[in-house]
Amino acid sequence: MTHCNDCLISVRDLTKKFGDFTAVDHISFDVGPGEIFGFLGANGAGKTTAMRMLCGLSYPTSGTGQVAGYDINRQGERIKAHIGYMSQKFSLYEDLTVFENMRLYGGIYGLRRKEVEERADAILRRLDFLEERNTLVGSLPLGWKQKLAFSVATLHRPKIIFLDEPTGGVDPITRRQFWEMIGGAAAGGTTLFVTTHYMDEAEYCGRVSVMVDGRIMALDSPARLKKMYGAASMDEVFRLLARGAERGG
Amino acid sequence: MRTLGVLLEKEFLQLFRDPFMPKMIVFFPILVMLIFPWVATLEVKDVRVTVVDQDNSSLSRLISNEIEHSAYFEFQEVAKDYDRALLRLEEDRTDAIVSIPAGFEESLLKGSPKKISISANAVNAVKGSVGSQYLTQITGSAQQEFLQEKGIQGLSVPEVTVTNRYNETLVYRNYMIPALMIMLLILVCGFLPALNIVNEKERGTIEQINVTPVKQSVFMLAKLIPFWVIGLVVVAISIFTSFILYGLVPSGSWLEVFLACMIFIILMSALGVVVANYSSTMIEAIFLMFFVIMIFVLMGGLLTPIESMPEWAQYFTFILPSRYFNTIMRATYLKGASILDLRLEYAALAAFGLIFGLLAAITYRKRS
Repeated sequence: MTHCNDCLISVRDLTKKFGDFTAVDHISFDVGPGEIFGFLGANGAGKTTAMRMLCGLSYPTSGTGQVAGYDINRQGERIKAHIGYMSQKFSLYEDLTVFENMRLYGGIYGLRRKEVEERADAILRRLDFLEERNTLVGSLPLGWKQKLAFSVATLHRPKIIFLDEPTGGVDPITRRQFWEMIGGAAAGGTTLFVTTHYMDEAEYCGRVSVMVDGRIMALDSPARLKKMYGAASMDEVFRLLARGAERGG
Repeated sequence: MRTLGVLLEKEFLQLFRDPFMPKMIVFFPILVMLIFPWVATLEVKDVRVTVVDQDNSSLSRLISNEIEHSAYFEFQEVAKDYDRALLRLEEDRTDAIVSIPAGFEESLLKGSPKKISISANAVNAVKGSVGSQYLTQITGSAQQEFLQEKGIQGLSVPEVTVTNRYNETLVYRNYMIPALMIMLLILVCGFLPALNIVNEKERGTIEQINVTPVKQSVFMLAKLIPFWVIGLVVVAISIFTSFILYGLVPSGSWLEVFLACMIFIILMSALGVVVANYSSTMIEAIFLMFFVIMIFVLMGGLLTPIESMPEWAQYFTFILPSRYFNTIMRATYLKGASILDLRLEYAALAAFGLIFGLLAAITYRKRS
């Protein structure tokens, strides 16, 4: 099977097995530049596992794929220079300040100190967060931590940003602000790959895939999916698709 | 190189911001040097001695006198007959009996000396054996002194005198101090890096690093360099503390003490990384590390001499880096041995450093 070469993400029959358990079962899809791609599914459907393979954190059991033009089987480390990643669990250093975290990750991606300072200040100004520049990250409220984690993931201006349930445990207002940030990044040409199990958030995405038991059951724009399944909301679409699910909650 | 720089900056920031670590680095070695040289001792003092003097000569009185004035013994009485002394030993009112036979002085002067008998209560094995060894020495030296005073030469003294070379005063403390430094390094440079890395695993922060293009080796180097520095600081503090408290300085080269420590520090930290790579939780890492530490300390000859272990255990110690480091430290510190005298031990230590370094590099995976 051929890959879409203009796409930023292109996978074919991607599979991950843990012993007898098939976490991800032959999934195939393409994501184009500037797209917000929603990766939906219940807990345990295999979203995070699939995402970890795309980020070079986990080896696929079988299947092929390209991310940012590099082979996910052989060029995992090359991919890493071109992506941003925000994991489900908050994973900036809590005992470093906001700016120290930015300086660390900026430095790791090869930004010069001056560049990091300029970008950090611009980001913090936009978030109205300048006075917290030297605050220890551990003392920030969760909503702010999530916004900060997203900003750090964009600091080196990656082609693709992977977000794994970025809005888990965050209040509705902050969630809305968060999606505005995602929208802003996409408008700037960045591709966003977002996993979530909040179906209302699917409406913010250009296209969504719905994963059930490790397989992709549907993939299209939210409007077309709703039409196809004769549903009023994405929530309904999801419930129709996930009815036959055997695992997860 | 720049990546290493920013990662090092991060590690040092975290280190100094930790409420516990900087204090520990300073006070831990001081406390260990302050307390354990007194506690970790097999030195025997206050052995209660009963002398049975059947000779009643100037020599036998000299021997009694020597025992009475030795710091190691508590002189109890001069008993007339052996049976009464033995009764005291059985009742645990004395620890050892020195019995001087009648006509002893005379026999010595004639050149065919009778034997002094020493009986010790060996229920406390250490007190018994060390105590009787001391007694052997002290009676021997009294006899030599006696012969010298009389101006007699060429006559042999029956008991063998054991002179303790290198640690002449037989201060057990001095013997233990290098070993205590080794234990400090095992804890600080093996345990701490392992816990630090597993902590990042538990918090999930290591995943954020793994998704960046940072090389494994650079990340690990940035993790370990701070612990190398800490290790050297700990060595310096313990050397200084043991000098201030006990007046003990390395009789060999200071530089060689530090060189050996540096090799051992690198080796231990690499071992810490290997342990961390195989543990996904702190509990696992602590358990694994503890096991390693017990083997290193108890079988490496730090507390008990390797020569007194059973043969199979002696062979096993050849694969313990702590064995070689222990030999180097004690020899350099107490005997003034040089790197040339200890070239085999240095080579073995360096080889272990390489092996553990390789293992650490191989077992760390950014990807599963």
